[in-house]
Amino acid sequence: MHWRTDCATSVTRAMGERPLLSVRDLTIRSVTARDRPIVDSISFDVGIERVALVGESGSGKSLTARAVMGLLAPPLEARAERLEFDGEDLTRLAQRRWDRLRGSKLALVLQDARYALNPVLTIGRQIEEMLVLHDKAVDRKRRTREVLSAVGLADPRVVRSYPHQLSGGMGQRAMLAMMLANSPKLLIADEPTSALDADLRTQVLELMCERALTQAMGLLLISHDLHQVARYCDRALVMYRGRIVDEGSAAQLAASNHPYTRALWSCAPSGRTHGSRLPVFDREAIGP
Amino acid sequence: MTAVAVESLSVRLVDAAPPVIDSLDLAVDDGEVFGLVGPSGCGKSTLLRVLAGVNRDWRGSIELLNLRPKPHRRFRGGLRRDVQMVFQDPFASLHPRHTIARTLLEPLRLIGSERPRERMLQGLSEVGLDPRLASRYPHELSGGQRQRVAIARALLSSPRLLLLDEPTSALDPSVQAEILNLLVAVKIEHAMTVILVSHDMGVIAHMCDRAGLMQRGRIERVLGRDELDRV
Repeated sequence: MHWRTDCATSVTRAMGERPLLSVRDLTIRSVTARDRPIVDSISFDVGIERVALVGESGSGKSLTARAVMGLLAPPLEARAERLEFDGEDLTRLAQRRWDRLRGSKLALVLQDARYALNPVLTIGRQIEEMLVLHDKAVDRKRRTREVLSAVGLADPRVVRSYPHQLSGGMGQRAMLAMMLANSPKLLIADEPTSALDADLRTQVLELMCERALTQAMGLLLISHDLHQVARYCDRALVMYRGRIVDEGSAAQLAASNHPYTRALWSCAPSGRTHGSRLPVFDREAIGP
Repeated sequence: MTAVAVESLSVRLVDAAPPVIDSLDLAVDDGEVFGLVGPSGCGKSTLLRVLAGVNRDWRGSIELLNLRPKPHRRFRGGLRRDVQMVFQDPFASLHPRHTIARTLLEPLRLIGSERPRERMLQGLSEVGLDPRLASRYPHELSGGQRQRVAIARALLSSPRLLLLDEPTSALDPSVQAEILNLLVAVKIEHAMTVILVSHDMGVIAHMCDRAGLMQRGRIERVLGRDELDRV
């Protein structure tokens, strides 16, 4: 028995209030390689909560995020029975609607600020651009200052800085500020801390989770770190080779008896594992 | 006995900038697994590159396996065999247009191995790789397989000092576990001294007998096993 059964939150939510994001049978495949889908008919809901999508590289977690954002490029294509965000059917959204949605109600934070930020615009200009595109009425200078100080970048020099003048952690927080500028309903964060040092990881994650709680925002956190997810999220979906193989409350991850989740949880080295072999899992046993 | 003794080592990468390594002292015992841990930019990789003879622009004194390499000179004689390094990124550290066989045969020819082909296949199976992979190119292997090739390459000359620069940080957690198990096994098999650089305290605590905390080009504190056990 997996903890999929005892954690029925997504089901109850589906019956009661409508979830923010609802995904049914999402399949992603490459047009050039028809044989095996990269993401194979996955279903999940995200409400006003912190949900983690965990798995190792190649499991399809980033592609899932891109499909939800409508950012898959050929030769990849996504099909879904249902792909709904805040009452809108994402499978048949016109380009203009996408432009309105992305960066306002639906926002994405990427792994490495060094590549995600525009290198030739100051941080201030980039945040203001988000406001020009989505909310013309707002006092842009003031709102920019507000969101930057909300992520701990109150120093006025940051507004005038170019991305290369900021450290990795500051860049990541600037990107977060930019994404929070229009108070999104759902924030998707794709490995937002993988390029950061251990101290900065905690800082950025705490910041995101605090915003999720205080602003009643949904958070879909994509990560390969189970221990991190257990600390910061309410629920976790474990992906392996394009499928969701395990799901349940994040606090219960350690107690899961799915072989893949167990292996991922226990393979982390530490002082206690010194002198012993780390557990590795038998890839064949989990299936193709 | 001491395998590595470093005294007041300084390294500048840019002339005017502050030194990356700032009069650093380090002593590593023979057969020890010594860890270096610290934030990015603290100089841990630079220190390793000096000990590997890759970065030769340094000042101070170094004693490696009872030999004294000089600054601005390449390693000579025994040191070239006895000191080997495994780099962080297995995608960048293997020649993309050489087959695995060629990558492994080159060092064997250099050290004048008797039966290089046999020794190469033996090296592959020692790191848990199917000898049939010898005819493949790096891009045909997974990240974990590539790092195994890099470890096999380093072990071919039976080194006495193995330098590991973030050997698992580019790998998935489950693959990291496999590579760490392999490193522990080859360390016991070859009776080497190992210096391991990582930013991951968990990896350091799992692998090392002692570990130096680096900060701004110096080793601020050395942790023993009792402190590492608590990580």
